[in-house]
Amino acid sequence: MNTVVNISKASKSFGNVEALKEISFEVNEGELFGLIGPDGAGKTTLFRIMNTLLIPDSGSATVLGSDVVEDYKIIRPQLGYMPGRFSLYLDLTVEENIQFFASVFGTRLEENYDLVKPIYSQLEPFKNRRAGALSGGMKQKLALSCALIHKPKLLLLDEPTTGVDAVSRKEFWEMLASLKNEGITIIVSTPYMDEANLCDRVALIQKGEILQIDTPDKIVNSFKKPLFGIKSQNKYKLLQVLQNYQWTDSVHPFGEYIHYTDIRDKTSRETLDDYLHEQGISEVEIISIKPNIEDVFMALMSGEREGINE
Amino acid sequence: MNEVVISTTNLTRKFGDFTAVNNITFNVKKGEVFGFLGANGAGKTTAMKMLTGLLTPTSGNALVAGYDVYSGTEQIKKNIGYMSQKFSLYDDLTVEENIRFYGGIYGINKKELNQKIGEVIESVGLQSVRKKPVQSLPLGWKQKLAFSISILHRPKIVFLDEPTGGVDPITRREFWEKIYEISDQGITVFVTTHYMDEAEYCDRVSIMVDGRIEALNSPEELKKSYSSRSIEEIFIKLARSASRGQG
Amino acid sequence: MNTFKGFVIKEFKQIYRDKRTLVVLFGMPVIMMILFGFAIRNEINDAQIGILDFSKDQVTRSVIQKLSNSESFKVTAYLSGYDEVEEIFRAGEIKEIVVFEQQFEKKLTTGGIANIQIITDATDPNLANLVQAYTSNIVRDYVNELNAESGFVTNQAGLQPEIRMMYNPELRSVNLFVPGLIAVILMLVSALMTSISITREKEMGNMEILLVSPLKPHHIIIGKVLPYMVLSIVNVFTILVLAEFIFNVPFKGSYLLFFFEAGLFILAALALGVFISSVANNQQTAMMVSLAGLLLPTVLLSGFIFPVASMPMPLQWLSHIIPAKWFLIIVRGIMLKGSDLILMWKETLILALMTLGFIGMSLKKFKVRLQ
Repeated sequence: MNTVVNISKASKSFGNVEALKEISFEVNEGELFGLIGPDGAGKTTLFRIMNTLLIPDSGSATVLGSDVVEDYKIIRPQLGYMPGRFSLYLDLTVEENIQFFASVFGTRLEENYDLVKPIYSQLEPFKNRRAGALSGGMKQKLALSCALIHKPKLLLLDEPTTGVDAVSRKEFWEMLASLKNEGITIIVSTPYMDEANLCDRVALIQKGEILQIDTPDKIVNSFKKPLFGIKSQNKYKLLQVLQNYQWTDSVHPFGEYIHYTDIRDKTSRETLDDYLHEQGISEVEIISIKPNIEDVFMALMSGEREGINE
Repeated sequence: MNEVVISTTNLTRKFGDFTAVNNITFNVKKGEVFGFLGANGAGKTTAMKMLTGLLTPTSGNALVAGYDVYSGTEQIKKNIGYMSQKFSLYDDLTVEENIRFYGGIYGINKKELNQKIGEVIESVGLQSVRKKPVQSLPLGWKQKLAFSISILHRPKIVFLDEPTGGVDPITRREFWEKIYEISDQGITVFVTTHYMDEAEYCDRVSIMVDGRIEALNSPEELKKSYSSRSIEEIFIKLARSASRGQG
Repeated sequence: MNTFKGFVIKEFKQIYRDKRTLVVLFGMPVIMMILFGFAIRNEINDAQIGILDFSKDQVTRSVIQKLSNSESFKVTAYLSGYDEVEEIFRAGEIKEIVVFEQQFEKKLTTGGIANIQIITDATDPNLANLVQAYTSNIVRDYVNELNAESGFVTNQAGLQPEIRMMYNPELRSVNLFVPGLIAVILMLVSALMTSISITREKEMGNMEILLVSPLKPHHIIIGKVLPYMVLSIVNVFTILVLAEFIFNVPFKGSYLLFFFEAGLFILAALALGVFISSVANNQQTAMMVSLAGLLLPTVLLSGFIFPVASMPMPLQWLSHIIPAKWFLIIVRGIMLKGSDLILMWKETLILALMTLGFIGMSLKKFKVRLQ
């Protein structure tokens, strides 16, 4: 198993803002690796170090066997890169965009057509339309095709699904999964926690630091405490009541249910139910649920906030 | 609390041959948290622009905060708040200056304004950065500040256009707590979002597809009628059948 | 090679698609030529003058006739006394009053001396000088005619330099402007547009992708610059054609030399455009810097309209580093004087060195990374 990316204690600051604080991680060949974290976590900075556009202030980074500082000329042609906001040429047509990117990488659309076909075939009916006139989901697909067209060894996608609707997002990840079969290593960043489940391995990143790196399953299993899902008619009142409960460890709304953990080691549904009834909340439903990545992320974030380690 | 604050009847907007919004009819009650969902290109933004008085409908009727969207746009603007991801705050002005500026625009008098500035800064927790330019704030704080400013003048309705995009999960939830708070106080919240779990926080949700409202009900009822476990499933079902999403 | 070709094709396409800017870029030389050629003039046409004729005889009438026949003047007022002079000037329409003393003809034919006084409104000193010069010319012409006709020999008091305006005897302003216009347009198209094009790429985020690709930095620069080079040459052609056929500006020298020098200047301007784009992060900054730092000095300090020799010393020194100044000397030399390289080797060398210097600077400054 080859290591495609190796980052060791990389730090980067912009003025007094510490964008990255001694980040270390590895990505293996053929992996679909996710960088999960909100805005400002340092994802874009990390990408720019990997694609050799930024130099780390300290630490080192090796991509595809070459150093990002010394040997950037070797690395660059082997990368496929899609920065945020897609960065297409809006006044060129769909076809012209892809032909341009193909030629820039010394190839032609025809040569690697099979690789991009599942994606590009959806765009072909619109090949003479200007890229600026496409919808968000279509721009995303075009940008992916353009990044792939030269069959790169490593594909770097910086927030490709941000601002795009749920359907397009789903389709996009399906396309990424099928790309894995071609042996391309893919590193994707996203603020959507649910997308983490679709990756081989994931790094949770927040404020320039990596909170945890592992497979999604292992990350979810690292959530030690029992997790309850609590539901009631009046969501807001339920939330307030639980926030004021002396035994509450964490309480977060999660759509229909509120995810709740207790400070005590063991707690039963009855105790909770009783308390809630006392507080005037009726028709309560309490179930045990399995945590997801977002639960873990928030627990890690709160652990950070209070200086306690999970 | 059953007073209707937004009502539309066959509201339509065309751009040449293209019908962006096609005969939508719905009501929003006072104090409701109303989720307005739809894929990109489904017509959400156009619909919102008509309701906020920024675009004149081609046909149909709508009343917002009691005023007609054709003749009463100035009144509408005075009675609503608006927050969108792209525009809201001035990056090079400080936190205080932004609040003061918008307070002025909403016509809040000086004495009241000073008090409000204090309130907003307290409630969002911006004491340490009140004199710093907004540019230097992390996204989550900016969003919260923009939100607080949008309700500075206690409007009847506040329109939120994807207010939680890209923000960390804890801040997202803190934001929704604030939404609950003001809904409790009687302000109607009209919100669009790409996070399907946030749809669950709403009292009622509508899903737009190809310019029409294909579904409108409480999250519970929607899940029953579509036999789905989540709003996301329903959304994907409906959006996938859309013809407009392609290209 | 295909990489580079693909890039150049894209650049051309993008420019071609931006119809509005295209109209400006191609239309601008034409508009500027029309403006400078027709509207802004340093000659005088139909300047209003007044006559105070104390003599009212044959000679004075002939002189007045000659003045009013000339294209430059229109006699619109006949005064009866000096007391009217100030009032007339105050009114503002009249620029000059020509005064003939009493018994003009008699004095001229008997004693050989008669006085004409020219009073000009010098609130616009440039205009006043011109008006006075034209008037003097006309009077002198008349005197020479008189001498020839009648065999009289009239003297003119004091030193009378014979004035001949060489190379531009009619003092046509369009001859002055055309070379300068070429420089200005080239600066605009080559420097300003190039800097905007590169920073737009940066602003949109596409520069990132281009850098992380097999495209070498010098490919990117040349690709960006090539369309504007072509555009510049087209513009130069347009101006020359307009100048020759509509405005009759002479072209006495070698076309080959001209295009060689223009090529040097274009390269210098392009290099400056690239340099500016390296230090500007967005289009607005690029535009401001290009306008204030390049275009304005080119218009004001290169000798385009205002003669360098009339400027205070510090500004004269400053004008030495403006490439347009040397280019103007060269172009005026070629077009109006028919100078060849031997005569202008010094200016050409300076321009060539500047060009090389700018190219070196811009290549060095072009950032291969985002920091």
